[in-house]
Amino acid sequence: MQFGIFSVGDVTPDPHTGRAPGDTERVRAMLTIARHAEDAGLDVFATGEHHNPPFVPSSPTTMLGYLAGVTERIILSTSTTLITTNDPVKIAEDYAMLQVIADGRTDLMMGRGNTGPVYPWFGQDIREGLNLAVENYALLRRLWTEDVVDWEGRFRTPLQGFTSTPRPLDGVPPFVWHGSIRTPEIAEQAAYYGDGFFHNNIFWPMSHTRQMVQLYRRRFEHYGHGRADQAIVGLGGQVFMRANSQDAVREFRPYFDNAPVYGHGPSLEDFSTQTPLTVGSPQQVIDRYGAMRDQVGHYQRQLFLMDHAGLPLKTVLEQIDILGSEVVPVLRREAEAARPADVPANPPSHAERVAAHRQEVTA
Amino acid sequence: MSTRSIVAVSAGLSTPSSTRLLAERLGAAAVDSLEIAGETANLEVVELRDLAHSITDAMLTGFAAGELADVLDRVTGADGLVLSTPIFASSYSGLFKSFLDVVDRDSLQSMPVALGATGGTSRHLLALEHSVRPVLTYLRADVVTTSVFAATDDWAGTGGGQVGDDGLAARIRRAGSELADRVAARPARRTVQDPFGDVPSFETLLGS
Repeated sequence: MQFGIFSVGDVTPDPHTGRAPGDTERVRAMLTIARHAEDAGLDVFATGEHHNPPFVPSSPTTMLGYLAGVTERIILSTSTTLITTNDPVKIAEDYAMLQVIADGRTDLMMGRGNTGPVYPWFGQDIREGLNLAVENYALLRRLWTEDVVDWEGRFRTPLQGFTSTPRPLDGVPPFVWHGSIRTPEIAEQAAYYGDGFFHNNIFWPMSHTRQMVQLYRRRFEHYGHGRADQAIVGLGGQVFMRANSQDAVREFRPYFDNAPVYGHGPSLEDFSTQTPLTVGSPQQVIDRYGAMRDQVGHYQRQLFLMDHAGLPLKTVLEQIDILGSEVVPVLRREAEAARPADVPANPPSHAERVAAHRQEVTA
Repeated sequence: MSTRSIVAVSAGLSTPSSTRLLAERLGAAAVDSLEIAGETANLEVVELRDLAHSITDAMLTGFAAGELADVLDRVTGADGLVLSTPIFASSYSGLFKSFLDVVDRDSLQSMPVALGATGGTSRHLLALEHSVRPVLTYLRADVVTTSVFAATDDWAGTGGGQVGDDGLAARIRRAGSELADRVAARPARRTVQDPFGDVPSFETLLGS
């Protein structure tokens, strides 16, 4: 099972000082955080894609391309890549380039984005969000798997004899996740293609997450990609840890109370009951996240939101250290012990996908 | 025959609340009419005041939790609803509208609904028609023709009941009976077991 962090790249004032980092400082903090995640033994760093303040990560492949050069082991991913407002031709090119540069150490997560105004900035209409996700992804797959593409659709100019370059590494595109919180059609899409399904449950009750994952698993089996319990599932998570749980609560509360999404709403205690937010000791985090598979079955990737709500960089790096040294080794061991032998431990790596592809070609 | 479920939602704020009293009476009138027609029915009264914090939290977080989630299930799974609000500044109360804002937009479609409102004087009575009814029309609920406004002095009126009487009690009976007719005309509602039962297959999505 893989563990990592995902960032939305928000620029939020620290409630203690009122000071917000500048954009440059925040981008550089994300780079430091990603490298630190590798050093701490985590498996994945994923960046969001946003095109409006207070978020800085507008250009994920630039960031991930740099990180590919300065890291050696960590998988570089997105959370999410906007399949609705990006031209699928540009996604095909950018992420194949990233895949080549990172030597296959990449995957990506498709998302629709939930910020209405972004659509017209890129010439699209939010009312077509789902249809854009369906058509654009169908084209993206063809651009990666077919050398020469003739194509015509509703949302972009037709292509005649188009070849997207560079061709994917070893002729095999990066693994794709589809992220959706409440749109069952996206779970259906992930199942149809046999891709991964990521449920970012950090703002949602587990009962809802379970329903969405069950739908994806059921449909994955329906479309003939394997048994329901063999489908590739990822979950979000949100934690804040100190050795003493009271210290964790005391330190995190002002960040929680003023956080952009849920701040000034429910109490830290209520929100911790209702969602996977866990503020306490490393053992409490182990207990909570070790129990996630009781809800959704064995899953392959757990990402944590760590650098948000104005937390200082130093604190974020400490959190990553605790995660890497005290939490993840235990969760990884427990997950592996509980996993049925014929359920994949991890999402497919590039090498595994290449091997599977060769088998298909020779079969 | 299954027991029909009538849920009466009150956005009244005080205790005791005339808005709650109106909701209860409208609900009881509907239950009485259903029983006269040979159906069995039960009435549950929901006070939004008890859920006010949860409703605000749901607006901020995007999901309903705990008791509010259960109430929403019972409201959207009811056979008929009574919705009762005080009139503040010539319109429904903020709490009433906030509750409707956290109800899933499609979940009240074709739901039989009777409306009630309370206010200081009868000069506000058309607020029901020009501000409350359009919201339910937007939600595609099936709102009965008679809505009941109760001003302070209405509560002082006689019990009514005579032919031609148009006092509060008579209006409540009429609205309750209209609601009962709409409920009786429909098969009993069942809560949807699989919320994703109607997701189109991906072939359909690709073809559209």
